[in-house]
Amino acid sequence: MTNAASPEVLARVTGLVKRFGKTAPPALDRVSASIFGGKITGLVGPDGAGKTTLMRLLAGLLLPEEGAIEVLGHDLKRSPTAVQALIGYMPQRFGLYEDLTVAENLDLYAELRGLPRARRAEVYAELLHFTDLGRFTTRLAGQLSGGMKQKLGLACALLQTPRLLLLDEPSVGVDPVSRRELWRMVQALTGQGIGVVWSTAYLDEAEKCDEVHLLNEGKLLFSGKPAELAERVAGRVFLLDGVGGRRRSTLAQILAAPELLDGVVQGSALRLVYRASQDGGGTPTPPPAAGPSARLRPVAPRLEDGFIDLLGGALRTGSALADSLHPLPAQSHPVIEAIGLTKRFGDFTAAEDMRFSIPRGEIFGLLGPNGAGKSTTFKMLCGLLKPSAGEGRVAGFDLLHAGPQARGRLGYMAQKFSLYGDLSARQNLEFFAGVYGLGGGERRARVEEMIAIFDLAAVADQTAKLLPLGFKQRLALACAVMHRPEALFLDEPTSGVDPLTRREFWGHINGLVEMGVTILVTTHFMDEAEYCDRIALIYRGRRIAMGSPEELKRRVAAAERPDPTLEDAFIGLIEASDAERGAA
Amino acid sequence: MSAGGGRRLIALMRKESAQMLRDPSTFLIALALPLVLLFLFGYGVSLDATSVRIGLAQESTAPPAASLAASFLASPFFRVTTGHDRRELEPELVGGRIKALIVIPDVFAERIARPGGIPEIQLITDGAEPNTASLVRNYVQGVLANWQRQQPGAVAPAITVETRFWFNPELKSRNFLVPGTIAIVMTLIGTLLTALVIAREWERGTMEALLATPVSAFEILAGKLIPYFLLGLASMAVATALAVWLFGVPLRGSFFALTVLTAAFLCPALGQGLLISAVAKNQFVASQIALLAGFMPAFLLSGFIFEIDSMPPAIRAISAVLPARYFIASLQSVFLAGDLWGPMLQDIGILLLLGAVFLGLAMRATRKRL
Repeated sequence: MTNAASPEVLARVTGLVKRFGKTAPPALDRVSASIFGGKITGLVGPDGAGKTTLMRLLAGLLLPEEGAIEVLGHDLKRSPTAVQALIGYMPQRFGLYEDLTVAENLDLYAELRGLPRARRAEVYAELLHFTDLGRFTTRLAGQLSGGMKQKLGLACALLQTPRLLLLDEPSVGVDPVSRRELWRMVQALTGQGIGVVWSTAYLDEAEKCDEVHLLNEGKLLFSGKPAELAERVAGRVFLLDGVGGRRRSTLAQILAAPELLDGVVQGSALRLVYRASQDGGGTPTPPPAAGPSARLRPVAPRLEDGFIDLLGGALRTGSALADSLHPLPAQSHPVIEAIGLTKRFGDFTAAEDMRFSIPRGEIFGLLGPNGAGKSTTFKMLCGLLKPSAGEGRVAGFDLLHAGPQARGRLGYMAQKFSLYGDLSARQNLEFFAGVYGLGGGERRARVEEMIAIFDLAAVADQTAKLLPLGFKQRLALACAVMHRPEALFLDEPTSGVDPLTRREFWGHINGLVEMGVTILVTTHFMDEAEYCDRIALIYRGRRIAMGSPEELKRRVAAAERPDPTLEDAFIGLIEASDAERGAA
Repeated sequence: MSAGGGRRLIALMRKESAQMLRDPSTFLIALALPLVLLFLFGYGVSLDATSVRIGLAQESTAPPAASLAASFLASPFFRVTTGHDRRELEPELVGGRIKALIVIPDVFAERIARPGGIPEIQLITDGAEPNTASLVRNYVQGVLANWQRQQPGAVAPAITVETRFWFNPELKSRNFLVPGTIAIVMTLIGTLLTALVIAREWERGTMEALLATPVSAFEILAGKLIPYFLLGLASMAVATALAVWLFGVPLRGSFFALTVLTAAFLCPALGQGLLISAVAKNQFVASQIALLAGFMPAFLLSGFIFEIDSMPPAIRAISAVLPARYFIASLQSVFLAGDLWGPMLQDIGILLLLGAVFLGLAMRATRKRL
């Protein structure tokens, strides 16, 4: 059956429709796709695109309303158990029993999957070696790090060597180092002919897949090799250098140009995608607004550029939010300051001697693996956690002694949608206005202003939890900025969000920064890190590097990697820190 | 079930037991909670009316009045506050510091002295606590009857009633509350704990991983049922030991009958827990439903505290489908009367029937789909 020219089809779905609830739009809308053996197939798309639904359908956990699913020669609707014996499935959060040890988890899944007892020792040895978990067999799964849990989840799915391996967002909550390691492991599996389905919201991760199925709002937008999608915009992608300190205002101005499809901040430069032009090719002249020293240089297109092209280009909205503000006066002292912030939990030092100061109008990023201490530092700086030593200051107020004043000057937007889901959009705004002490006419005026700025009028009276993701995001930002804070704290604000919503969000943020608002963002999402003016890289509770994205990239540039990405820099710096530690 | 099915079931049960042993909340519900409940109902709650505080207004100082007053003072059922005018004691009754007020009026002795005269005393009770009020009334009548018999020239009444309380001769409420508490504990383990542990699997995403393996819905349910069934029996043994040795509740029936009864009761209790968790897939909702649909009715409507016969017909109809009702009735028999297999087998039959219904519904609700 298998030959080199046409790889074996392991699974095929045709005309799948899946609905949850009669009135809701379908979670999957007439999706047809094939999964091949020996390849990594990416199910790619933002949150709510239908990735998990498709994954669960393939694992026989859901039944479709319409369409057919054939997996490994079986009709999945009729014989789910026969298929489940042949596949491996790792759900989100890995499906591990946290109160069982590593060995007990393996035992359980070995028995459930019917691994012959005689083969157990051999298979365990192989998997424990493969995942490097041999030292931790007696540790409770709940006490493993995110990356180790992910590997154990993978090992449990691999116990009875599956022919098809389904991994649902395996890289969520896992730092780039562990993510890269997992990727290498999965690639080794495809060498044995196993077909792997890997769902992800990260487009840079999708780029490395052999095949991708790109989903958006339940519809399949593209199926094929990632390079083919990127190819759509070949010759139209450029990096605009030489705009230095004005890159945010420049971007806002030039995005209005009709020939531009997309533009984002990338470090100190701007990455621009042009619409297909009639004259076809050549490097266009830099937009006049970019100034005399600006230069365009062609760069390789990415999957995300192709995605944006499929979606018809970025929305061209300036930030009405920024327009509503008066620029904050320049000031010499920093807006956010960490002065030797330290947090100990018992013997464990979660953050040690954090020092940085963020001047007005800067975007500062805290970057680091899970558990490195970035959230701890972040929480100390917004007054949610009391430091063991050191001091955090916002707008000149000490968080420990003048907490209320300091907190009144900052806005906070949590990672996941953290508003009141059962209240309407307007009620959420009114509540937060009240919390921030706005009263009477001012409160009403500010709520109406936010509704106008964020274009929430159409949904103002709808229940917040039922809003589409993009609106939720806007509402969360509106609630965080309605009291006009000097400093805005963002915790992974756009992870899992589609590229258009992400651009819109950062458009607002860029606008705020232009008006003098200071931004502190924690993330391990490289696209978000690129928006930062400076980044502090945090690892094992310590700051191991600090600088602009360009400076960090330069530090890991080498002959074999002259143009490293920010992720390369992240991993390189962490590995260097590990090596230093090992040597010491 | 295939050979692979047996292996899978054993693996699931082993996993469940390991989790049980490690999870402190299991022990809290299965062992600490029974202890607390037994102590509460064994020591704290008493439905017996002994030493009820009453007031006695002795407005007459004549000898018959004094001797009647002495009878009240001597009664073990009352703690008496005495006075010479009802007006002194009325505020005490209004303030709830006494539950009843007995007035021996100043004309009392005169009426007795008059030939054919019928003496009168007044009893004022606190109608806000009807149970206590009627108890006090009965006790007062008892004291009065006793006193009259001792009066010189008293005529023996035509009929006297000799009262015996079978099964619980000292009328200790502890003797029927403690067996009832065992039923409440079994409801907690069977329904609340089971509903919680399955809802937790949904919440943590482990159920999704289980369902994607070749395991069947039956194996998943049986893998939960059997360990918690055994835990329930173990907890029953602990509670019984406490009841007998610590609280001195008699166990007149056999331990075997007790075990059979508990096993029969655990079927509907576990079935209800499984059904709840199949419907509510998060721990908060599951615990709320389990408390409302399992614990509260077992507590209030099963005859544990309030007698079923005095409930309105609609509530009695609800209590007819409560497993705890049949369990409590038979448990009280085993503890206080002995192995009455006739009525017990009937209760066991109903429990098994209810169990089959709940388990059947749970099986239907737990399909192998998300």
